[in-house]
Amino acid sequence: MSDLPLIQADRAVPPPAATTSTGGRGRRLRLLSRTDRVVIALMVLVPLLLVVGLVWLPATATVLLSGTDWDGIGPVSEIEWVGARNYADVVNIYPPFVPAVQNNLLWLAALFVVATPIGMFLAVLLDKEIRGSRFYQTALYLPVVLSLALIGFIWQLIYSRDQGLLNAVLGTSVDWYGDPDVNIWAVLFAAGWRHVGYIMLLYLAGLKGVDPSLREAAAVDGASETSTFFRVVFPVMRPINIIVLVVTVIESLRAFDLVWVINKGRNGLELLSALVTSNVVGEASRIGFGSALATIMLAVSLLFITVYLATVMREDKR
Amino acid sequence: MSTAVQTPTPARRPLRPARMVLHLFLAAVAVGWLFPILWAVLTSLRSYEYTAANGYVSLGGWTFDNYVTAWQTAEFGKHFLNSAYITVPAVLLTLFLASMVAFVIARFSWKTNIVLLGLFTAANLLPQQALLIPLFRLFTQVPLPAFMSDSELLYDSYWGLILVNVAFQCGFCVFVLSNYMKALPRELYEAAMVDGASIWRQYWQVTMPLCRPALAALATLEVTWIYNEFFWATVLMRSGDKFPVTSSLNNLRGEFFTDNNLVSAGSVLVAIPTLVVFFLLQKQFVRGLTLGASKG
Repeated sequence: MSDLPLIQADRAVPPPAATTSTGGRGRRLRLLSRTDRVVIALMVLVPLLLVVGLVWLPATATVLLSGTDWDGIGPVSEIEWVGARNYADVVNIYPPFVPAVQNNLLWLAALFVVATPIGMFLAVLLDKEIRGSRFYQTALYLPVVLSLALIGFIWQLIYSRDQGLLNAVLGTSVDWYGDPDVNIWAVLFAAGWRHVGYIMLLYLAGLKGVDPSLREAAAVDGASETSTFFRVVFPVMRPINIIVLVVTVIESLRAFDLVWVINKGRNGLELLSALVTSNVVGEASRIGFGSALATIMLAVSLLFITVYLATVMREDKR
Repeated sequence: MSTAVQTPTPARRPLRPARMVLHLFLAAVAVGWLFPILWAVLTSLRSYEYTAANGYVSLGGWTFDNYVTAWQTAEFGKHFLNSAYITVPAVLLTLFLASMVAFVIARFSWKTNIVLLGLFTAANLLPQQALLIPLFRLFTQVPLPAFMSDSELLYDSYWGLILVNVAFQCGFCVFVLSNYMKALPRELYEAAMVDGASIWRQYWQVTMPLCRPALAALATLEVTWIYNEFFWATVLMRSGDKFPVTSSLNNLRGEFFTDNNLVSAGSVLVAIPTLVVFFLLQKQFVRGLTLGASKG
């Protein structure tokens, strides 16, 4: 698992005193010795090779393979180009596809419409100067350090049909992880539990960065606390809002661990990520077909990654 | 500022009713949030016989045996060691490689830097599953000498997992570190140039020591992330005894199937390293996650 980072120029870790002179970078390239130039090239090329080789080339290969009928066994020279057939197959003759897309969208909606506002709300409350704020914060973001795979197990103790707390309390006998009518909601609750803490943390840091004079000015104008937040503070946090949006979208798209530990993403818990994985490491390896699914994920994520990069890099330039 | 989200000491003032409500609400939420974890700890400390007879909504049957059984059955000792084999080199390598790229990006203002930064950062955000097919093929084709991995392939080896984790995590560190390094005073390098310091010395002896706070925050975060990494280890490993602890959870399910008390003991054991890191290095952790969340 990995969290999506909030990437922006650093402030939480105060760097040593900043300088005013920023000019002159690079104009001394010709002053660099031959050794220095070799060293610089190596410093960039070694990591670049790794990232291009293990991330970008595979990504490109995925896109290319999605147009072929390769079964993963035959020689590469016999690969036939089939155009968009894999995509047509995915949409038309692959029953889990539609539920997977639905579940991914549901995941996004749950995190975005429910968990994110709760996280933001809690951040606003914790941003007030209250005693014990540290304790509350710690409790809320404790789940963030746990892996989603582990979270699946922790919630099993609550959701399990025969030994779970929920059924014991409610007097029901629902298999919360197994029943395809309810399991996606049970899983979303657990995922949301973790997401709230993460969002809270991001907004809390964002709120600390809002110029206090803005709030004072709004208070002087007689604005209520609520309208100050929505009309003044929220718009000022625009970069954070965009980052939170992108983080939530990508997190929903990458959701995998939780459903995989429960039932490998079947029976009500279909997700695109789990379908791709099943098509590759499962019994039937359908390379072209799996690649078409993967390319769909890739396209959606690249769209939002672009938005993300544009946001953080613009912020960075300011 | 000691941490990113620490509130300044609140001014003393009488507790108004509204404040009381706020405190009650937050306390209730905090307890509710901790509940699943506390419940796991509670369940792990009770014997299966007792909870089977009296139900889980009861008290009693305290025992430590679940931990002993879980540790032995699931061979946690081995899996923790596997996690260490992967996490420690991966974190060190990630920080080393990322700091070099970040240094070049921050030190010089070449036009290619923005492309470089984009390439690294975006790589960190791609869905891993989208790269699985080619990577899986690649890993099953690349041979390793037998002394490096008994699989004699990149597939099912620690080396492969370390490399793929480094490739994925580099982007995040490059971005954070390059921003951090850009804020260092330029005079440092001018002075270093006058002294005739090579680029390598400027990086290793001038820049890196000044980046310690950022490196510490990133190290904390990366240890947690790579330890928690589930997907790559699940798909790029085959031998059960080589799985790191997070991915070995998958097998746990079968072994402890009918005994939730064992599942909870196993879960607590897996959580302990991250919780220790979290409580000891909470400041670093929060710093890392919110690195520059605000740019006032």
